[in-house]
Amino acid sequence: MFHLPLANILTEPVGVAHYVSVGAILFVCGALCMATKRNALGVLMGIELVLNGANLNFVAFGSKYLRSDVHNLGLDGQLIALFVIVLAAAEAAVALAIALNFYNSHDSIDVDRADQLSG
Amino acid sequence: MDPQSTLPFLLMLAWLTPLASFVAIVFFGKYMGPHGKFAGYLATLAIVTAAVLSFTALFAVWLPNYPIKASAHHGETHDAGEVAAATGEFAEPSEPAHDLDADTHHAIDPNANNESPAYVTGNWYSLGKFGKLELTIGYYIDALTVGMFCMVTLIASCVHFYALGYMHDELHEPFVDHEVTLSNGEHLHRKGRFYRFFQYLSLFCFSMLGIVIAGNLAMVFVFWELVGICSYFLIGFYIERHSASTAANKAFIVNRVGDFGMLIGMMALWASIGTFNFGDIKNDEGVAEPGLFSQLRTEANDHHLVPTESMIAEETRMFGEVAAATGEEPTKNTAGQWLLFIAGVGIFCGCVGKSAQFPLHVWLPDAMEGPTPVSALVHSATMVAAGVYLVGRFYPVFTPEALLVIAYIGSITAIIAATIAITATDIKRVLAYSTVSQLGYMMLALGLGGWVAGMFHLITHAFFKGLLFMCSGSVIHAVHTNDMTHMGGLRKKMPITAYTMLIGCLAIIGAGIPLTQIGFSGYFSKDAIIEQAWNYADKSPQHSLFLKWLPVIGAAVTAFYMFRLWYMTFAGAPRDKHRYDHAHESPRVMTTPLIVLAVFALAIGWPIFGVYDMLDQARPLGTLATAQGQLWDVVVPNELLSHEPNLKQPAAIAAITAAGTGLLLATIIYLWRLLNPDELKQSFKLLHSALWNKWYFDELYNLIFVKPVLWLGSFAAWFDRGVIDSILHGAAAICRGLSKVVDFLFDQTVVDGTVNTFASGTWGLGLWLRRLQTGNLRQYVMFIVVGTVLLFVAITFLQSYLTPTQNL
Repeated sequence: MFHLPLANILTEPVGVAHYVSVGAILFVCGALCMATKRNALGVLMGIELVLNGANLNFVAFGSKYLRSDVHNLGLDGQLIALFVIVLAAAEAAVALAIALNFYNSHDSIDVDRADQLSG
Repeated sequence: MDPQSTLPFLLMLAWLTPLASFVAIVFFGKYMGPHGKFAGYLATLAIVTAAVLSFTALFAVWLPNYPIKASAHHGETHDAGEVAAATGEFAEPSEPAHDLDADTHHAIDPNANNESPAYVTGNWYSLGKFGKLELTIGYYIDALTVGMFCMVTLIASCVHFYALGYMHDELHEPFVDHEVTLSNGEHLHRKGRFYRFFQYLSLFCFSMLGIVIAGNLAMVFVFWELVGICSYFLIGFYIERHSASTAANKAFIVNRVGDFGMLIGMMALWASIGTFNFGDIKNDEGVAEPGLFSQLRTEANDHHLVPTESMIAEETRMFGEVAAATGEEPTKNTAGQWLLFIAGVGIFCGCVGKSAQFPLHVWLPDAMEGPTPVSALVHSATMVAAGVYLVGRFYPVFTPEALLVIAYIGSITAIIAATIAITATDIKRVLAYSTVSQLGYMMLALGLGGWVAGMFHLITHAFFKGLLFMCSGSVIHAVHTNDMTHMGGLRKKMPITAYTMLIGCLAIIGAGIPLTQIGFSGYFSKDAIIEQAWNYADKSPQHSLFLKWLPVIGAAVTAFYMFRLWYMTFAGAPRDKHRYDHAHESPRVMTTPLIVLAVFALAIGWPIFGVYDMLDQARPLGTLATAQGQLWDVVVPNELLSHEPNLKQPAAIAAITAAGTGLLLATIIYLWRLLNPDELKQSFKLLHSALWNKWYFDELYNLIFVKPVLWLGSFAAWFDRGVIDSILHGAAAICRGLSKVVDFLFDQTVVDGTVNTFASGTWGLGLWLRRLQTGNLRQYVMFIVVGTVLLFVAITFLQSYLTPTQNL
């Protein structure tokens, strides 16, 4: 019988593997978005997707319901996720400022035109 | 007053006063009045103070403590046994061997010895002790020291006063030296150096007094060299004149030649005896340590000169091994004698240089380039006197053989210098050769055993030679030339100079009434020398020619050239009208010293003043008795024998006859003009040219020493430039070529290649990597993603390979 890899997660109860699968899909979507979009805002959106994909992993691995070992505080994953969210906010602010300035000088936000620093 | 403490104190003050003046003038001379005028007064004050202190020492300390006792002297009495000199409480106990009854004694015992001379000795300061060698500043004061102090300070005082007048030109600003012509045809203009002159004079006096007071040979040597450097400064005073600077160099270098011998003598003595002290100095425990004299002339040997044990021990060191090797017994014990001979001749070498004896006499006439007061000082009281003084002071160490050498050198010097003086026309040169000749007489007297005669002549000669030089200076000051052929008839213009100089001339030729006690000072001293010469020749007839007749002939020549000088300068008609008209008597500051010195030149030798007897007090112990040479047959006779009438009368008559002949000849030729000097010159052409060229000594030395040295120097220069430089340049060229090859083969290919390859590789890599930097954001994202995936794949596979157990 043809046996898909990871097929058995569809039959198992929800665990870390499911979260990780969703996070991976989100990450790949974000990366594709960054790689294909020419619009700087699209690229920023891709970045958000990547960051949130990573966040999902952190939360999943940090959840005490999903893990068997009890010898930790159980908050490290969530804390890291919170850091990431804050960083993402700051990064978005800086990136939008760069995008605005770029638009002011180039009348466009096409990232392919931002190649002044090429070798 | 206690002579033990007061004499060293007084003489030390007299000795150090000129030094103080020197130091003051060195630092502040420039600021002493206009052009340093007061420096002259300061120096004069210092030397006059020294003279006063010296005469205080003589009259207030020495004579009251050691009164002069009349000895056999000039004839009429023969009580020679009464040579007993005063002995102080510190002197050695007198030797009974010669204790003959003075009252009944009428024949002189030639082997009788003299009493120990009274002396005061000690150390002021120890400079340092190196093993056995201790160098000290010490004093040795006897009648000779005190007498010399008085003579030196007195003459130096006269010279200082005289120089105040003579050097007056130096006070002008600027001083114009008419004998130096610059390249632009003008005469040299320079600052006056009045204070410099007196600064050197002070140092000169200090150095000379240092020699006289010195208590050991090392100290003598130090001041010996100081005198040398002072004469160098003063002879080269007009340093801008080429002749003056050359003369100064010549004086200095010739003296070094002699000093080399002196060093050898000092080494010989020190290595074998181990002390430089003259007298017996009490050490810290109060025990007298025997000095040189008492070690060499011990009481056990009846004060005869015998080499010490340590000197004889040298023989085993030098010859013992040879004798042991050849199996022969040493035949005769002469090594100690030879060592003493070498030491004596070595010390005498120094004196030959300093006192300008043959063959080192050539520097003294050239020393005339100095100012005339310096000549007067150099030729009478200092410098040349130092050599004779040292022979006299060191007399106990000279063996009869060494004395014979001294006598021959003295005799040859006396006659050679006297003959050269005949033809010289430079007034100072005549006097210079006369000095050399008279110094020869002193050395002759000392070498013949006439210790008192030699020292006596040193004192008398100092006065009349100082006088003669100052008179000549006065003449030069008046006519502005040294050349006697431009003078003549000057006695009318400058009577004081003329007649004081006449006194000097009469003194130097030894004018007096034979067989009486009437005469000029030179009469007494020169007669004493000639008497001792005849005495010596009487005992050793084989030396008659050199030691008996040459001095007499020399006396005739002396009279001739001295009066030739006087007649040419002062008598007859003026030869140069212009110079004669401008001539004038010198100022009183110059003539007063002349008169003072003339009085001394006249009277210092008179027996009533007792200079001879005072010097007799200082005769070194053991030097009176007849001495026999050990190496070869030499007899040095007892000096008292020269007063025997059978020797004295013919000698005195011969001396005065010789002097009279010379005087008469000079009068015939230069005053009465019965013979024409020019015709004589023609008829004795060969002799005249030999004399005119000073027996070709300068040419001879030029040929023997100067030329070979110059040749050697140019050879060395050629060797240096041609050979050594070629080798060096060759080595350098080879080195350079080699490095070029290495540069080409290794440096340019290997080293540079490596570095260049590395650089171009880096450059190429950079160019290639540059292409990755497209600036395209999406491409970068692709790189990241693809890179991450590749890493992930690689790690997965690697992990499975590296941990195969998990791969089951």
